[in-house]
Amino acid sequence: MNKNIVATKVEQMQPSGIRVFFDLVLGMKDIISLGVGEPDFVTPWQIREAGITSLEEGFTSYTSNKGLYKLRLSISRHLKNKYGLEYSPDDEILVTVGVSEGIDLALRTIVNPGDKILVPRPGYVSYGPMAELAGGIPVYIDTSKDGFKLTPENISRCIDKKTKGIILNYPVNPTGVSYTRKELEAIKKVLLKHGILCMSDEIYSDLTYDFEHISFPSLSGAKENTVYFNGFSKSFAMTGWRVGYACGPKAIIDAMTKIHQYTIMCVPITSQMAACEALQTGKRSVEEMKREYKRRREFVFSELNRIGLTCSKPQGAFYAFASVKKTGMHCMDFARKLLAEQKVAVVPGTAFGEQFTDFIRISYASSFDNLKEAFSRMAACMADIKR
Amino acid sequence: MDEILEILEKDCRTTSEEIAKMLKKKPAEVKKAVAKYEKDGVILKYKAVINRELVRDSDNEVRALIEVNLIPQKDVGFDKIAERIYLFPEVSSCFLLSGTYDLLLIVRGKDIHTVSRFISEKLSPMENVRGVVTHFLLKKYKEDGVILKQKEDNKRIAISY
Repeated sequence: MNKNIVATKVEQMQPSGIRVFFDLVLGMKDIISLGVGEPDFVTPWQIREAGITSLEEGFTSYTSNKGLYKLRLSISRHLKNKYGLEYSPDDEILVTVGVSEGIDLALRTIVNPGDKILVPRPGYVSYGPMAELAGGIPVYIDTSKDGFKLTPENISRCIDKKTKGIILNYPVNPTGVSYTRKELEAIKKVLLKHGILCMSDEIYSDLTYDFEHISFPSLSGAKENTVYFNGFSKSFAMTGWRVGYACGPKAIIDAMTKIHQYTIMCVPITSQMAACEALQTGKRSVEEMKREYKRRREFVFSELNRIGLTCSKPQGAFYAFASVKKTGMHCMDFARKLLAEQKVAVVPGTAFGEQFTDFIRISYASSFDNLKEAFSRMAACMADIKR
Repeated sequence: MDEILEILEKDCRTTSEEIAKMLKKKPAEVKKAVAKYEKDGVILKYKAVINRELVRDSDNEVRALIEVNLIPQKDVGFDKIAERIYLFPEVSSCFLLSGTYDLLLIVRGKDIHTVSRFISEKLSPMENVRGVVTHFLLKKYKEDGVILKQKEDNKRIAISY
């Protein structure tokens, strides 16, 4: 085989030292994992049942590239009811294979070679590589000195003539940070001033605990300059169904649909049918899960600080980003020790940016019994380190 | 419903300290609330949900659902006669229903003869009992929100972004 068979761009993508650690975790049995980035709940039954019924009734074909009209209509109504957002189901909504596909499409749609895309750090791992694959240059904004939040200042510092867009994600994976209306307004002002497109990934919006989630395009004047992403994975515990959606100005959605039709064709119809059911009847399940996550959040926050892995209180999602500074250890060494000696898995902070050597991500998408046991083991690990 | 009750209904072993952490309250506050619920009879009992099919020495236990038709009594309606029936230890649940019959009983006995004897010797001969229909229970799938089939292992991959 040709030695250079893998394209340079892909060859040079970060292989992520974290992969080795992940493999270590996957090779071990009987561990308690606080390293999982998806809900521990199974999709509510009525949604699964709708998927099964659609198969029984023979819904096994392609759908419109943009997604089933009735799903787009449901999404449109949902956003109108929830945030007062008006997106036309005809040409401003595209059903995608999770938010991931949506962001990939948006980046490929807007990026010319050499364009810069702002990506907050710590942040979800895929944004940077996706920007690179689209031919752009990711510019990472370090938010660690600002309470892990984007601010007009830290954004402005990274803007230059080539800056084309920014990826905004809140509540944030891995910190659980979210934004108030005031903070969002300030961010909007900077973006509008410089004409930078906002790609707002709000997949954890339903898991916001201390205040109402404010949707970025609902800010006055923001909608025309925003592509909004959401999906069913986190709200309805539907990660494996792979269904999300992108909403934005017709010109952008049209262009994204072009790429989508050549690459994906459409989201599997079973998932789309189940998603319709989720929007129609899933509200109560979402509320129940949210209450449960909120209780776990309080418990995890209190336990982390008790055992000396300090963190600020997450406002959303199901993660806490805790500092291991007290241990004097690199996060990777700490994670390895915790895994080897106590059989508890967490994600080292360096997964979310190489500078976060003092942090680990704890996921509380795990049963209360698991969390209790995990914290008693982590306390033992901390006691051992102190000795 | 108060979240304390929601938590205890899911797992009554959750301690006041744990509940306090989850709800951001003081343990003493939670203890006080629970004590009040107990005193007021909101919380009646703390018990385990047992899958009897897996318990060796209860293999023979038999359960039956019994529909009972009653003749109501002056002034007290069904309450008095219902009480006479539900006080029997064989009766584990007793409900008054609308529809074609009046009481629904869940009766337990160590074997089919014990249950039959209870029906023929105690229940049916009662003055205000007009008739009974007995359904023996074959298999229990779900009880009080708990599915009895044992769960498969967690199918999520152990670590992900």
